[in-house]
Amino acid sequence: MNVKTLFQIIALFSSLSLLSIGGGNTVLPEMHRKTVQTYHWMSDSQFADVFAISQAAPGPSILIVTLIGFKAGKIPGAIIATIAMMLPAGLLVYMVTRFWQNAQNSPLRHAIEKGFAPLTVGLVLASGYVMSQAADHGWHAYILTGLCTIVFVFTKVNPLVVVALAGLIGYLGLV
Amino acid sequence: MSEAVIGKPSISLLDLALTFNHIALASFGGGLSAWSREVLVVEKKWMEEEEFLSAVTMCRILPGANQVNLAVFVGTKMRGIPGAISAIVGLTTIPVVLILILGYAYFRYHEVPALQGILRGATAAAVALTLSMAFKTGKKCLGSFVAVALFLGAFLLNGLIRFPLLGTVALIGPLALLWAWPRPAKK
Repeated sequence: MNVKTLFQIIALFSSLSLLSIGGGNTVLPEMHRKTVQTYHWMSDSQFADVFAISQAAPGPSILIVTLIGFKAGKIPGAIIATIAMMLPAGLLVYMVTRFWQNAQNSPLRHAIEKGFAPLTVGLVLASGYVMSQAADHGWHAYILTGLCTIVFVFTKVNPLVVVALAGLIGYLGLV
Repeated sequence: MSEAVIGKPSISLLDLALTFNHIALASFGGGLSAWSREVLVVEKKWMEEEEFLSAVTMCRILPGANQVNLAVFVGTKMRGIPGAISAIVGLTTIPVVLILILGYAYFRYHEVPALQGILRGATAAAVALTLSMAFKTGKKCLGSFVAVALFLGAFLLNGLIRFPLLGTVALIGPLALLWAWPRPAKK
């Protein structure tokens, strides 16, 4: 990897880090434009495929930048892209968290903790709904999701066991 | 720092890293937020339900990947900067190695390793974990008419009509704050 690519990786992902207000997915279009059209690090369909890989793999889906960095600059590119994507936003969250801790008794903190709880439950249900529409193909998958939900809500079975069983059901081609 | 975390024994940096590693690996197929709650609130009891929920939304609004942000938030809360770094290292190290192996195989052999079936099943369960999180947390914090209205508003806007997250929070957030703002006790 040449030094120019290195600096392009740092500049691109550290700026996307601060622009990704609302989560990593919000900067995907810009990431696609720069990666494919400006820098020609990968093709259109390769971008789509690394997106799918990053969604499927365990861990934060923002690790798509690890794969883009890898394609642009091998292992060093991968590591630098990952750090560049996390550091600026991470510093900002660090500062907000310190402020938050010092605001232990402020009315704002009380209001956010109490008021944002029901709001967040609505957002969580919304993501479950959106995920199920995107991921559950056909009634088999909806039934599997429904059964798993019942198990999670009404039993104390380790969720990992349920996810593993569901994976096995998928492996056997039943969903 | 004097803001001692009351009643909580000091948590080692290794414990932070291992905990976030556990969360990351468990989330094969998705559902990272639900897994975070299972581990941080239910299992480890590092956070109260309301603190966790509000932190989740703050971490979604702030720039950066939600789960990385949550790791920074929890790590900082527990152990300051070293804690934040431990949490991020735990959350990302093994996933980065795994994704590099997958990416290497993909660029070399031009196909994603045959995990599609397993993934479909695991994702169906991850969706279920997210739905059950909404159910369990809802049971605890939807005790009043206003709370239910805020919940429904957020779900309808962001889920049903796919209004963007930031717009949803900008509309519902102020109402939530107005409702939850501490009032002096009435005489």
